Amino acid sequence: MKKLSGAEILLQFLKDEGVEYIFGYPGGAVLHIYDELYKQTELKHILVRHEQGATHMADGYARVTGKPGVVLVTSGPGATNAVTGIATAHMDSIPMVVITGQVPTHAIGSDAFQEVDCIGITRPCVKHNFLVKDVNELAVTLKKAFYVATSGRPGPVVVDIPKDVTRPDLKIPYQYPATVTMRSYNPVTRGHAGQIRKALDLILSAKRPMIYTGGGVILDNASEELREFTRLLGYPITNTLMGLGAYPGTDKQFVGMLGMHGTYEANMAMHECDVLIGIGVRFDDRVVGDVKKFCPDAKIVHIDIDPSSIAKTVKVHVPIVGPVGSVLREMIGMLKESNHHPDADAVDAWWKLINEWRAIDCLKYEWSDERIKPQYVVQKLYEVTGGDAYVTSDVGQHQMWAAQYYPFDKPRRWVNSGGLGTMGFGLPAALGVQFAYPDATVACVTGEGSIVMCIQELSTAKQYNLPVKVINLNNRYLGMVRQWQEFMYEKRESHSYLDSLPDFARLTESFGHVGMTIEKPSDVEGALKEAFALKDRLVFMDFITDPTENVFPMMMSGKGHNEMLLSELCKNRELA
Amino acid sequence: MRHIISLLLENEPGALCRVAGLFSARGYNIESLSVAPTEDPTVSRMTLVTNGSEAIVEQITKQLNKLVDVVRLLDLTEGRHVDREMMLIKLKAAGPQREEIKRLSDIFRGRVLDVTNTSYIIELTGTADKLDAFIEALDKKSILEVVRSGSLAVARGEKSLRL
Repeated sequence: MKKLSGAEILLQFLKDEGVEYIFGYPGGAVLHIYDELYKQTELKHILVRHEQGATHMADGYARVTGKPGVVLVTSGPGATNAVTGIATAHMDSIPMVVITGQVPTHAIGSDAFQEVDCIGITRPCVKHNFLVKDVNELAVTLKKAFYVATSGRPGPVVVDIPKDVTRPDLKIPYQYPATVTMRSYNPVTRGHAGQIRKALDLILSAKRPMIYTGGGVILDNASEELREFTRLLGYPITNTLMGLGAYPGTDKQFVGMLGMHGTYEANMAMHECDVLIGIGVRFDDRVVGDVKKFCPDAKIVHIDIDPSSIAKTVKVHVPIVGPVGSVLREMIGMLKESNHHPDADAVDAWWKLINEWRAIDCLKYEWSDERIKPQYVVQKLYEVTGGDAYVTSDVGQHQMWAAQYYPFDKPRRWVNSGGLGTMGFGLPAALGVQFAYPDATVACVTGEGSIVMCIQELSTAKQYNLPVKVINLNNRYLGMVRQWQEFMYEKRESHSYLDSLPDFARLTESFGHVGMTIEKPSDVEGALKEAFALKDRLVFMDFITDPTENVFPMMMSGKGHNEMLLSELCKNRELA
Repeated sequence: MRHIISLLLENEPGALCRVAGLFSARGYNIESLSVAPTEDPTVSRMTLVTNGSEAIVEQITKQLNKLVDVVRLLDLTEGRHVDREMMLIKLKAAGPQREEIKRLSDIFRGRVLDVTNTSYIIELTGTADKLDAFIEALDKKSILEVVRSGSLAVARGEKSLRL
């Protein structure tokens, strides 16, 4: 058997595991590992400009490929800088393995240079973490890390490796551990047959059914099953922010996103439904609003792989713990064999009502010849990219507009930090997506507030020639903060105006990319076409947008789904 | 309601922190927590006493089960069980109080472990309620130190929490 050092074992293991990219940044505690990286070519190491960027890149890569993202950072500040990205992945259940260097085992606990208790700091924001104190444990621990990160409800796993564990002079026999079993970790592989049958009876008895699906469907690659299930039933379906694309956004059964900035028809249907079918969702507060007012008439079926997601915030009538894909396949099989069918008359009447809500056209916005409307930019982005781009976003108004005005027909096309709401996520995530699919069209919809939080990654984009297109909806405000201040704090715009912004076009050019500034609505489409025609360049489009625009509809906190705030344009119409 | 949850944990460094951290991060109550190795050196047995509504306790057990280091879990309150806690209590025992404290200790089936001219250490075992009652019966001014183990509990009959 080959004898390898800890650093060699780490790299050999990653190759054996099928890892293609490592997103990382060197430092003292990982120098043995970097020395081995230097000696090989198979693993592609991507040098980022900040460890947060590394985690978001790995995260973006994982979201679009379904494969775990791999990060390598040094101890101390390397690890702490990675924490935001780890927490981001954790909230959205993204498989990721983060390898952090640590001071040598003998120095642990001595407040050594660049020492932090990485295991302690990351414990609340990982699926699991490991400290490897013995090189003999390294390979099996790494296998466990990948297994835990990618199975069950996925999530980030941190492996903290002290410097002496990777030292070059200590070599031990290495064999790739192809499988690993953990007695304390056994994710469920299928749902309970009795519960599935019970759920189906309830689903078929519905007069006003509603299918509500989330990120879990995408994570389990169950979009095909969801489509078949939904079409067999003919029921309306809504997706959460994390679930967009699992069901085609342009399909007639799709009623739009739900929740705080969901469509009028989706939220009204939630409020009025009598059977709610939650699939791969977690009844998040931005979706549910006031728990006491949530789906007052509904019996609820909830399918999720994580038992702790069930009945966490909302009482459920038929819980099913299992992988959503497998459960849906069983349901589809039973539906096809069953003599029971949906109540066609009731469902027809239900659709009539939903279509009346739809006719409100809640996403309508006022046109302006003077000021660029941010919604218009997203609509044009959709047209110019043929609706087939990978779109990442940062966090704020632009994120909601991207979700509302860019309908996704495929899963794993929409990449955003839904759970943690991490500003700075969009650009590095877009780079991760472009690494995964070098020939794909990748757009990052961002705002002038978010983009500067990780703007240093423009440098990484230059080094690796990543032709991402950045759509900066620049309204000179932290728009979502300003919107809340307008609605809830009598327009006191406390620290939400961003003074002294850079000239983004010139800033981008200084990084070696193409920069554009677009100030007139009539220039929007042309600029987008020009930018996307530059296939091999990163183009930063700085759209100077209307600073007064708000995201509608809006379900304010403490409100129910039937108590949305609509835009002035829609308010004037009589609501159904 | 008060719940006694028994856990078998991987005997790994940090496993205890994961459990304790879960309770603080999610705002759950811990009334007591005791943990020690078992006959199998690879696992520790933890007895955790918590309280909350049924919905909260359900979440607590689910979240605990989700921790990778938790091998087995049983909410003992769901069935018949035996529940014991040990207390070592150091009391000022001088003059006329001395006899009275000894008598009280006997009533509670306590054992005197240490005697000086001015103090006793008494060992008392029983349910948490019984220990509370003993403290309640004492003159507060006489109590020097109270050391309690937290509850230890096990299901009655053959039902067992094992690997």
